[in-house]
Amino acid sequence: MTTVQTPSSLRTTQPAPAVPGDVDARVRRRRRRLVIDSGERGALSTADWRRPLVKHTWRSMHLVLLVLLVVWCLGPLLLLGKFAFTPTQDIQSTPLAFFPNGATTHNVEMAWTRYHIGQFFLNTVWVAVGSWFVQVLVATTGGYVLSVLRPAWARALHWAVLATLFVPAVVLLVPLYKIVVDPPIGPSLINSYLAVWLPAGASAFNVVLVARFFDSLPREIFEAARMDGAGPFRLFRSIVLPMSRPIVGVVSVFAVIASWKDFLWPFLVLKSDAVKPLSVYLQSMANVDKGTLMAALAISTLIPVAMFLVFQRMFLRGAGLGGAVKG
Amino acid sequence: MTTADAVRTDRPPALARRERARTPATWVRRGGLSSLVLALPLLLVFGIFSWWPIVQAVVMSVQETNLIDPPTFVGLENFLTIFADPLLPTVVRNTAWFALLALVFGYPVPLVGAVLMSELRRRKGLYSVLAYLPVVVPPVVAVLLWKFFYDPRPEGVFNTILGAVGLGPYSWLNDQAMAMPALVLEATWAAAGGTVIIYLAALIGVPSELYDAAEVDGASVWRKVWHVTMPHLRGVLFITLILQVIGTAQVFLEPFLFTNGGPNHATLTVMLWVYQLAFTSIGNSFGEATALSLLLAAFLAVMSLVYFRLTRSWSQS
Repeated sequence: MTTVQTPSSLRTTQPAPAVPGDVDARVRRRRRRLVIDSGERGALSTADWRRPLVKHTWRSMHLVLLVLLVVWCLGPLLLLGKFAFTPTQDIQSTPLAFFPNGATTHNVEMAWTRYHIGQFFLNTVWVAVGSWFVQVLVATTGGYVLSVLRPAWARALHWAVLATLFVPAVVLLVPLYKIVVDPPIGPSLINSYLAVWLPAGASAFNVVLVARFFDSLPREIFEAARMDGAGPFRLFRSIVLPMSRPIVGVVSVFAVIASWKDFLWPFLVLKSDAVKPLSVYLQSMANVDKGTLMAALAISTLIPVAMFLVFQRMFLRGAGLGGAVKG
Repeated sequence: MTTADAVRTDRPPALARRERARTPATWVRRGGLSSLVLALPLLLVFGIFSWWPIVQAVVMSVQETNLIDPPTFVGLENFLTIFADPLLPTVVRNTAWFALLALVFGYPVPLVGAVLMSELRRRKGLYSVLAYLPVVVPPVVAVLLWKFFYDPRPEGVFNTILGAVGLGPYSWLNDQAMAMPALVLEATWAAAGGTVIIYLAALIGVPSELYDAAEVDGASVWRKVWHVTMPHLRGVLFITLILQVIGTAQVFLEPFLFTNGGPNHATLTVMLWVYQLAFTSIGNSFGEATALSLLLAAFLAVMSLVYFRLTRSWSQS
């Protein structure tokens, strides 16, 4: 199983550096082009692309695909962006018309001031940060024990973790709720962020992903560090963690996306307005004024979409990796 | 397992003696304690929030409990109540219908898209960003937005668009026959991009020598796509198929937010029913809810097992 190989097509699609005088960038670009010309290729060869019939067929198919992608994937979001600035009566009567009675910022103001979208937004960030921390902590320390330290009981632990991959989420819903309401130690976790953070850490997928990555690290380095007198903790902190930056990045992206998407679990355990994340709050807003609702939806979409556009390579690599590991 | 046992018996006697002489002190000195400390986050989190709930699921399914009073053992009564409930056939049918529609809408489209995109020589990034964009939209946002698109009035977004070509107006979510396909359409919009990226990642792994060889044999473009590209995706396709079925069988968000199971139970799925049984006044029975979720899990497990048995010979590529 190859874990963290960057899918090379994504590597080749990074935006070309803009500075023309940058020699480094030019060399890099040339090298990239060489890569394309040498190894990588699809079903169509350079010779195929020179044949007019093939070229025109595939060009037009690609064009149709682009139009479909814009209409189908981007269209609804553009509409949402427009709704955020459209007076409510226009949204209701002529949703597709282009600002018949002018644009307004009233919706956005209402969503921000009267419905405190910003506050719920911060709650979502807090939920994501905590889930991220717990997931990374459990996955790296757990992966380290399973893959590097390998005590006698590691094999049993490995199977116990793997086994949970095969238990569908539906089974856990009610018993997990019972445990959160009445945990083995301490008071009820309802309305506490811990109720979302801690269960998020129990992700077998992360542990397996990280353990696989650690498996691929060269053992000689560990041996050398041990020779120099590094104990297990030192080895983890100074050698393994710095080397595992790529996989921690992937786990982080998965963690943030997942906690941003989650609805049912936070809906059950984070009930008070002080801790509710956006997804739960938006759901309870379904009956407010349409203009305000649309503005709230648009604001909630902005940050994830912006994050995706900035870190697109990481997102796309992570998503592809998800399939590679599942496969 | 067997090789490990063999290794253990083959160990030199000196080592074996040392192991027999193991005391807590030597265990600590050899790093046993630090392994345990480092495994602690995993053991605690998995123990309390994964392994223990799995055990609890089985226990709760044979109990009558409201989480306040001490639970009472009722044997298989919860399962019998579920089986006797007239809603069960409806719920099963709806869930299967959702999964089937999701396959019909959502399975071929990402495949075609990914194969087309893998032949792009430029702007592959633009295409994949566009395709993946809906995946990063928070699902609640997507559902609430689409719910507005499905406005049944002639002024609704979809009805306006279809009205332009002389169709409709349709009542979408209020129509028993139309509600489920409407839900699946949104779910497909939200999920297809992720599958496209998985296929694209798999397509990068096609060895170019295979294409070169096909060209030497005089294969046309379409033959290359059909006989080289597609077979390479076979393994991934098998996995995504079963994962999609497992995922869609547990659909909750769409039926809950779009229609809350209506109209007339037309979109009540298993997961939504589990939710209603446990957390609303309709059922208020945690026992029945866990029994139902265990039944679904058992069904999915058996189905996956049969699936992998049946496709074992094909999926090894």
